[in-house]
Amino acid sequence: MADFDPNKNPFASLEPPNAEGTYTTRIRSIHDLLERDKMREKDGFPRKIRIGKLVKPTRGGKEKFVVIPTTVEEKFYHDSVPSPTGEENATGGTGKEEEGDILGERPVRPEEGAGEGEAGQGEGEGHELESTAYDLGKILTETFELPNLKDKGKKSSLTRYTYDLTDKNRGFGQLLDKKATMRKILETNISLGNVPDIADIDTTRFLISPKDKVYRILSRDIDYESQALVFFIRDYSGSMEGKATELVVSQHVMIYCWLLYQFARQVESRFILHDNEAREVPDFESYYRLRVAGGTKVASAYRLVNEIVEKESLAKDYNIYVFHGTDGDDWDTEGVEAIPEIKQMLTYTNRMGITIAEHAYAAGRHSEVEQYLINSGLLRERADVLRLDVLDEEAEEPRLIEGIKRLIS
Amino acid sequence: MELISQHAKEIMEGCKERAKDAGLRFQDETLEYIVTNRDMLELSPKAMIPTLYDYWVHDVEVLKGLRKYELYPYNPYETVINTRPPISFYNDNNPDWLNVMIFYHVLAHIDFFQNNLYFRLTWDYDLNGQALADKRLIARLRSEKGRWVDYVIEFGRAVDNLVGYFDELSRASRAQAPTLSNNVNYYFDTFLQSVKKARIQEYVKEVERYNQAIARYGEMGEKTFIADTLKKHPELEAVFSRQEPPKTKPRLDLLQHLMTYSPFLTRDENKWMLSVLEIVRNTSVYFQPQIRTKIMNEGWASYWHERLFLLDDRIREHEVDFARVHAGVTSLPRVGLNPYALGMRLFSTIDEAAEKGKRSLEFQALRDIHARETYDRQTGGGIDYIFKVREDFCDFTFINTFVDQDFVNRHKLFVVDRRLDQQRMVWQYYVKSRKSEDYRQMILDTLYHPPRIEIEEKSKDGNLYLTHRFEGKPLVKEFIANTMMGIEYLWGGPVQLETSEVMPSPSEVERQFSGRGEAPPINWQRVLYRMEQKKLTKTTIDTESGHD
Repeated sequence: MADFDPNKNPFASLEPPNAEGTYTTRIRSIHDLLERDKMREKDGFPRKIRIGKLVKPTRGGKEKFVVIPTTVEEKFYHDSVPSPTGEENATGGTGKEEEGDILGERPVRPEEGAGEGEAGQGEGEGHELESTAYDLGKILTETFELPNLKDKGKKSSLTRYTYDLTDKNRGFGQLLDKKATMRKILETNISLGNVPDIADIDTTRFLISPKDKVYRILSRDIDYESQALVFFIRDYSGSMEGKATELVVSQHVMIYCWLLYQFARQVESRFILHDNEAREVPDFESYYRLRVAGGTKVASAYRLVNEIVEKESLAKDYNIYVFHGTDGDDWDTEGVEAIPEIKQMLTYTNRMGITIAEHAYAAGRHSEVEQYLINSGLLRERADVLRLDVLDEEAEEPRLIEGIKRLIS
Repeated sequence: MELISQHAKEIMEGCKERAKDAGLRFQDETLEYIVTNRDMLELSPKAMIPTLYDYWVHDVEVLKGLRKYELYPYNPYETVINTRPPISFYNDNNPDWLNVMIFYHVLAHIDFFQNNLYFRLTWDYDLNGQALADKRLIARLRSEKGRWVDYVIEFGRAVDNLVGYFDELSRASRAQAPTLSNNVNYYFDTFLQSVKKARIQEYVKEVERYNQAIARYGEMGEKTFIADTLKKHPELEAVFSRQEPPKTKPRLDLLQHLMTYSPFLTRDENKWMLSVLEIVRNTSVYFQPQIRTKIMNEGWASYWHERLFLLDDRIREHEVDFARVHAGVTSLPRVGLNPYALGMRLFSTIDEAAEKGKRSLEFQALRDIHARETYDRQTGGGIDYIFKVREDFCDFTFINTFVDQDFVNRHKLFVVDRRLDQQRMVWQYYVKSRKSEDYRQMILDTLYHPPRIEIEEKSKDGNLYLTHRFEGKPLVKEFIANTMMGIEYLWGGPVQLETSEVMPSPSEVERQFSGRGEAPPINWQRVLYRMEQKKLTKTTIDTESGHD
């Protein structure tokens, strides 16, 4: 290229002459990718795409959360050397400190804001989470062939109207929205060239167009009542640290997404964490994030669910689902306290699914929870409602999805 | 995606003039594009090469990138690709002064691409054009073979980090040196020195005789020389005939080996796979130097954008703005590594040291700290010196040579590590070492270093036998199965891999149970993986014969 000629733009020749659009439009959708991934099994190769999640912790406690497809290109790579001291994680740094000086500390298990005082977060963000979760539910149902709910809609959804001053209207209305109006006035005046210096605004010179006034007007909103209520219960005792927690949370994310899709978003969920005591947390983020070290008493969580259902008399209005994830340790080794609570739960739930993520070191013997469930005979008698899935803590995603099928089919 | 404005282009041309005056060398034509965030996200899985072949993994990465961007919006100032002409991408129309800084940065990158010897293999063609041809070929194959094209890409890429980049590089670099035949080598290296025990004078005379023969008879020179030699030393005749013909079988990397010897790939109906693998391999080779010169390349670009910006007469009065942005890019983090910061400081330090004559034996021998600090022979030539460094070094040699105690002290660098405070359950970050050896080692450990996998002569009976040359690190275990499955597919028969793994110690289970306790020292053992019919098995190899 002797001289500069924009017509020789290398991108101009990027597409065959009659290709549709530019290269940007050819990125395949997540559906196509998963569809394709399914073909791999037919061709005799393992699947490669996984559904992962990204969580961004923020200082305010509210975490953003998105669902993403991921894949790894597997090659021969060097792994890090397992260090004898176990804590090698060297990196660089700069400063005046002497060798051995401590630069800073970070807690091993961050227990932040701990669930309280987190109400009233940005609505937008919540919606964002829900919409990706809904998509994921759709994908799980369609692509991974999770079953559709059979008794969906048995209890009809209730609809009611609420009246609220939510809609905005320009020109007339019931209540002047001063902030929005001010903004409009400013816009008008900037476009009129009436604001010579943005640092020194003289409001007395403002011109106000009738259209600048923004009012709130009373409007009718449809409020759907949820059809399904899901209790997610997670064991967050000390022994759950690490992979077991990851597994349970991942599986619960997927179940949540699946239900969200099944009930066309009309799902309410309650989140319960327990070690030897149970507590309810307000949102999935806290449910996902909180870590505590303590003993384990499964019955405490079941009891809390029963209490909530009774106190709020939820049983008559909702399809109730209960999902519990644990590593199977229980101080109540015989299930003396847990079994009666389960029995009570089985009187109103549509499905109770228990996931046990077994530790590698415990392989080969039944965990306590598994043992007392088997002994109680409930798994056989109430197989229509009560399901158990025991998986290895090293389990991978396909196994998790398999497990979900087991829990909900 | 559109070209930058004429105004910005004019600024770029001004930057080029000044950069060339300062000594940077690069081709005159460049292309600059403004791209959207979306464009950037879509290009990055393709290593920013817009014409790179399509592959579904890239699509997954794009979708991931788009979602990730929602959480962590991040826009780089620029991205340059090593094409002919070089193309750079910019996020937005920046103010002029910022463009000046960014353009200098870009020009220094281009200078680096076009002069650093590790990039030698990328100098002879334009990747953008080549990639476009490849992309079309793959698209055509895909219309015929469907998704099997993607499997071949996948399995090719599964071993594309094992390409023999250094073999190719040394082949390309050595081609200029005359290659002597084995006979001549034997005569000079063995016969004269060991058998005849010739004195130096004699030896030199023989070299002179050889040179004259070449000068006089050209291509026939060597034959003439050999004939003459035989007259003098008839006893050599037997040796010479035994030595010929010279066998210089080039060492093949795994992909080449598969392409040459795989019974599966050489079948007629599978020949098309060879073109796909060739594309995968060439693309990988192309990017090898980039991965290996990250610290240098970024350091070089930062060094020059600072130097040239401050000299530029067009943007006076923006020094403070510049300082802010510049510091943001090149400050040394309190904890962590920043290749821009490290590389730039190294280049400045080397420049200064060479200017004072410190790159000399005299200085190296000096032990007195005060004397080292005040040493200044005013030799000058710092700038020439760093130009040589940018030509001849890669990250490994750069760090290994120039990170010394003076450098570590001067920039107050240290190695940070963390340890567990069990009582309070916190990680403590502490200064582990201020020694240059440790700091250097810590950086070297972060550099790109794919495992060395050799193809053994044991590859018989349809088995492919691979040996991982152990360098103190195991392979990532979870990836072994699928990688080997891909190799088995391409090979069309069983594949074995010999590697080293940590021997599980008996107390492992207990330790996991309690989550702490004294760890025993690591014991390595040699293991053999075997992939046959997509089933992976592992056996331990007895190594009484001395592997430790």
